[in-house]
Amino acid sequence: MGYHCVVCVKQVPDTANVTGEAMREDGTVNRAALPTIFNPEDLHALETALDLRDRFGGTVTVLTMGPPKASDVLRDCIFRGADRAILLTDRRAAASDTLATSYILSQAVRKLKDVDFVFCGRQAIDGDTAQVGPQLAEKLGYPQVTYLEELLGLSDKTARIRRNVGNGWEIVEVDLPVLVTVLDTANEPRPAAARRVMKHKKARTRIELEAAAKNALPDASADEREAEIERQAETLRSRGLMLEQWNLDDIDADLEWCGLSGSPTKVHRVQSIVLTKEGYTEIPPTEEGLRQLIRELVVDHTLG
Amino acid sequence: MIEVNRQGDVWVFAEQEDGALHDVSLELVGKARELADRLGVQVSAVLPGWRVRELAYRLHHHGADKVFLVEDRKLEHFLTQPYARVMTTLVTEHKPQIVLFGATALGRDLAPRVASAMRAGLTADCTDLDIADVDDKAAKTVHKNLLLQIRPAFGGNIIATIINPERWPQMATVREGVMALRDPDVQRKGEIIETKIAFEEADFAVRLIERHREERKVNLKGARTIVAGGGGVGSKANFKVVHELAGAIGGAVGASRAAVDGGFIDKAHQVGQTGTTVRPALYVACGISGAVQHRAGMEESAKIIAINWDGEAPIFGVAHYGIVGDLNQVIPLMVKALKERPKE
Repeated sequence: MGYHCVVCVKQVPDTANVTGEAMREDGTVNRAALPTIFNPEDLHALETALDLRDRFGGTVTVLTMGPPKASDVLRDCIFRGADRAILLTDRRAAASDTLATSYILSQAVRKLKDVDFVFCGRQAIDGDTAQVGPQLAEKLGYPQVTYLEELLGLSDKTARIRRNVGNGWEIVEVDLPVLVTVLDTANEPRPAAARRVMKHKKARTRIELEAAAKNALPDASADEREAEIERQAETLRSRGLMLEQWNLDDIDADLEWCGLSGSPTKVHRVQSIVLTKEGYTEIPPTEEGLRQLIRELVVDHTLG
Repeated sequence: MIEVNRQGDVWVFAEQEDGALHDVSLELVGKARELADRLGVQVSAVLPGWRVRELAYRLHHHGADKVFLVEDRKLEHFLTQPYARVMTTLVTEHKPQIVLFGATALGRDLAPRVASAMRAGLTADCTDLDIADVDDKAAKTVHKNLLLQIRPAFGGNIIATIINPERWPQMATVREGVMALRDPDVQRKGEIIETKIAFEEADFAVRLIERHREERKVNLKGARTIVAGGGGVGSKANFKVVHELAGAIGGAVGASRAAVDGGFIDKAHQVGQTGTTVRPALYVACGISGAVQHRAGMEESAKIIAINWDGEAPIFGVAHYGIVGDLNQVIPLMVKALKERPKE
């Protein structure tokens, strides 16, 4: 038995290293032009779930919504110990804001059934909104516990959690199923296990096989390519290396609530940060220069 | 989702804890007043809690016309679902056009739950709000008087303006300290509308067992002067020069993320997008290069002095006074000049 934990993870552009070329004119981000990483706080959400499973038993299912390349983070999750990984990918989900994203994720969680916990990182570094967790909880009709720092206990269908609320902490008790968002101070994520890397490094999603076949067989007919993809998929499946892949039809999503049409927020305008070099008064780094500066600040009442 | 209601009021969620209003709620009531005056509508605050009636008057003093007072013992301490029930019930009934929350730990927990239930758009962590007509060329329509929700995005590398043209209410969380806290008008009177909300059992799936609040050791937001050090300070030991300067000025000590990550000083001192947003009368940046995330948290300061050996550092772009030089030489000279300063 044990507990079924679902962890929602996201592959994000490394926003610490953004260049101007990464922005399209319409203000959206050209993610392809950026290096991608595992959203940092999601690693802590994964660790919370893995630790829960190790202590209390159960399974950990990882869910990510994103482009084909997001398969990378799924493999990473498997390397670190996740039992099952699902890529939710569909062009019709593109341009989803947090509301549409949480709707799509909620449909996927519903399909998983018998879920006890949904864990998310508190927020993703590309948007920093921290909205998807609470919105997903609402969509699922689950209670939410944000800012987990420690899972203190678990008995049957009740969990006890310490959450950090910035100016202090709280201990809450919550009935399962529950959605929990996790802080980066919660734990130290375990690294990938060498044994699991060896075993699962060839794991692929179907969309990755399709891309690879396109590259490998540029002149093949669609049917030939399809046959090759199916052959590889069958081999991977027999070795337990086929990562699951779902689209919006698989989760019975109402398309009206997905992508652009499901997103009430629109980007109206985007400005790159440009320094306004209006000029400043240069103060020479000398005793007299600083004396003059302090005098000026006293005169204009900045200093008392 | 509620229909577009152009006569709808501008609402603020009034955040209180242990009977004390959060500053950001008063800042937002002031901003809401400005937005409502431009729209020709009223400002309402929603005040859930237990024995919090006194706070309603403060909301009036800062600009609220109406306060929806929801007093219930079950609301004594914040719990997401009962508070969300209060908001969704009242929003559904009164159809405000704008609903604002502080981007506090509490506001960022509550607002998305409410927005999801209302199927409304929500923009997180706004640093500015405005009202404007938006020309939608694709749909060949002009959306009159939309709320422009302005926020840094993408790790602070861009400033995005977000709108919710079709689905209302237009909702946003707003960073603490970015809207000016106006002086209260204690003569100002308003209406108090006492409201009862019907809860469901499922609203209480989370139960508070124990809580602990820490006194704020570092009061950056309230400081008139802040002396902040960055990675350029070099080491934890050398950070004492920053403390010395802060002592000589009588200000608080701040830090950039680089200084915090370098272990020079505790995270409580961090100024910037992931730390505290400040707007003191004077901000002295010592050895801070001025990454956009840091500037976003301090560029509203009335006067900024930048000390950096690198004259090309971005911090000079927001500085009023720039000192290009070694901070280990400049700061002692500044301390000396401060000690010997003429008194007004």
